[in-house]
Amino acid sequence: MMDGSPNPRGYEDAQTGEQKIRNFNLNFGPQHPAAHGVLRLVLELDGEIVERCDPHIGLLHRGTEKLMESRTYLQNLPYFDRLDYVAPMNQEHAWCLAIEKLTGVEVPRRGQIIRVLYSEIGRILNHLLNVTTQAMDVGALTPPLWGFEEREKLMIFYERACGARLHSAYFRPGGVHQDLPPQLIDDIEAWAKEFPSKVDDIDELLTENRIFKQRNADIAVVTEEEILEWGFSGVMVRGSGLAWDLRRSQPYECYDEFDFQIPVGKNGDCYDRYLVRMAEMRESTKIILQACEMLRQPENQGEVMTRGKLSPPRRGEMKRSMEALIHHFKLYTEGFHVPAGEVYCAVEAPKGEFGVYLVADDTNRPYRAKIRAPGFLHLQAMDHVSKGHQLADIAAIIGTLDIVFGEVDR
Amino acid sequence: MSEAMKELGQHIEGRRADCVIAWDVSYGELNIDVAPANIVGFVEFLKTDPTCRFSTLVDITAVDYPDRPKRFDVVYHFLSMYQNQRIRLRLSVREEEMVPSIISVHPSANWFEREVFDMFGILFSGHPDLRRLLTDYGFRGFPLRKDFPTTGYTEVRYDEEQKRVVYEPVSLVQEYRQFDFMSPWEGADYILPGDEKSEEGAK
Repeated sequence: MMDGSPNPRGYEDAQTGEQKIRNFNLNFGPQHPAAHGVLRLVLELDGEIVERCDPHIGLLHRGTEKLMESRTYLQNLPYFDRLDYVAPMNQEHAWCLAIEKLTGVEVPRRGQIIRVLYSEIGRILNHLLNVTTQAMDVGALTPPLWGFEEREKLMIFYERACGARLHSAYFRPGGVHQDLPPQLIDDIEAWAKEFPSKVDDIDELLTENRIFKQRNADIAVVTEEEILEWGFSGVMVRGSGLAWDLRRSQPYECYDEFDFQIPVGKNGDCYDRYLVRMAEMRESTKIILQACEMLRQPENQGEVMTRGKLSPPRRGEMKRSMEALIHHFKLYTEGFHVPAGEVYCAVEAPKGEFGVYLVADDTNRPYRAKIRAPGFLHLQAMDHVSKGHQLADIAAIIGTLDIVFGEVDR
Repeated sequence: MSEAMKELGQHIEGRRADCVIAWDVSYGELNIDVAPANIVGFVEFLKTDPTCRFSTLVDITAVDYPDRPKRFDVVYHFLSMYQNQRIRLRLSVREEEMVPSIISVHPSANWFEREVFDMFGILFSGHPDLRRLLTDYGFRGFPLRKDFPTTGYTEVRYDEEQKRVVYEPVSLVQEYRQFDFMSPWEGADYILPGDEKSEEGAK
């Protein structure tokens, strides 16, 4: 019937007049190249317009938090590399900060600068991947090829610092595992001087590209109110004009000594978030250059890890001192004990606020550790953000939310 | 930092004395214990009060203390981007107790509450869609409870004959071992593995 009331049969068909139009349900993923991992979206479509979007997550759930309860603090550290595997060291950082806060350990200055340096390398690693693959999702093939070449160079810097390209386990409670060789610092500096021209290349490819603009401008606009409602952080906040960055507002390590800008967007759409990420890469390069310079200063030489209960004794000491040998053995079997208490520590990871809520009970294992991943909240808002957009925009939106399933599913 | 936190704690206690059971500042963080029945109103107050303005929900999680009569602590973290401050709320709930959902104040609580339900089995009253979130479709049990074994109860494998994935009870090739590093030679009150016979021989 034309007034919308159903006839006794419950539907209308071609013979009686109006045809019943039903929304189309579409299963997006779990194996979809634009899903950035194993995401399953159940989409309800009205034509090509998305009416409802129900993300089914947990396909990459490994029970990290449960596993952490039965392992020592040091054994838990590598689990953090496996969360957001695009920028591993930034995650380790939050875990180290939580332990250091509970044990009251001060990180030596050189250790702090190295942490800042590698956190910023992580940020560039992440943004290079995100910007370029998001461009691929909307149709550009060249950017990922160019971006991944730079990522490869950065991962070699990871490898030269700690021996692993991805699962670094380099940040340790009390500092970083080993000092950087001088040659590596020179190479990082040389790379950072040349990197802005590579950003310019990607910039030329995308920023004024007509197709890229049409696919991203005015898509998934996020307002200040929505940021608060959905608990956004990181670029999702800065893309909408709020200059909120934990490195600036709640500084940790020695970020307050570095000179860098916080780029903000204006319209809060996918295009602005792309621009913010590009600008952040340039700012991170500035921090890297400053950190390299600081690492060469004579006052910043010395230990990279506090000597004490949290860190192993030096090799040389172990050869001579029985106490040092026992300490080494106990540290890597029993592990150190963390005084009872609960803390929440957050870092500005490339994707947003990455936090760790740690409950310790004075043993060598955490009683409970909760990992707060930024992607979890961003993906949660998927239904809200994508409502009313075209099906093709879903790929652009997933890309701009910057989701990695390692950290969403944990 | 702690001084400002203490002032904030006093302010909140003064304004909403009916909700605050206890509060303290430790490690430079403000903790407030709240009764479960008052949580929605209290969170609303924290969001709107001009000195608090805890506008962003950072996290909801729970901690299991099996020995306590009120078994679970539900923990909320809030952040104020305007005042640049954080707060932690703790709720003690019994195993069968329901916690009011705060979705009406913070829509972002949706998945957090689903996750807490999934992992601990705590029910949230007023939640529109309390399904499991991270675990498998049709999963049973609550993994993050302390009495849930780390190995779980079921394992899956692809069955070549039935041509599908089958669920089976977990069978461990090697016994699950949890090493006790808490200095067992200093008066352990249990028999160490492998020492059973020597203990009997000594008797």
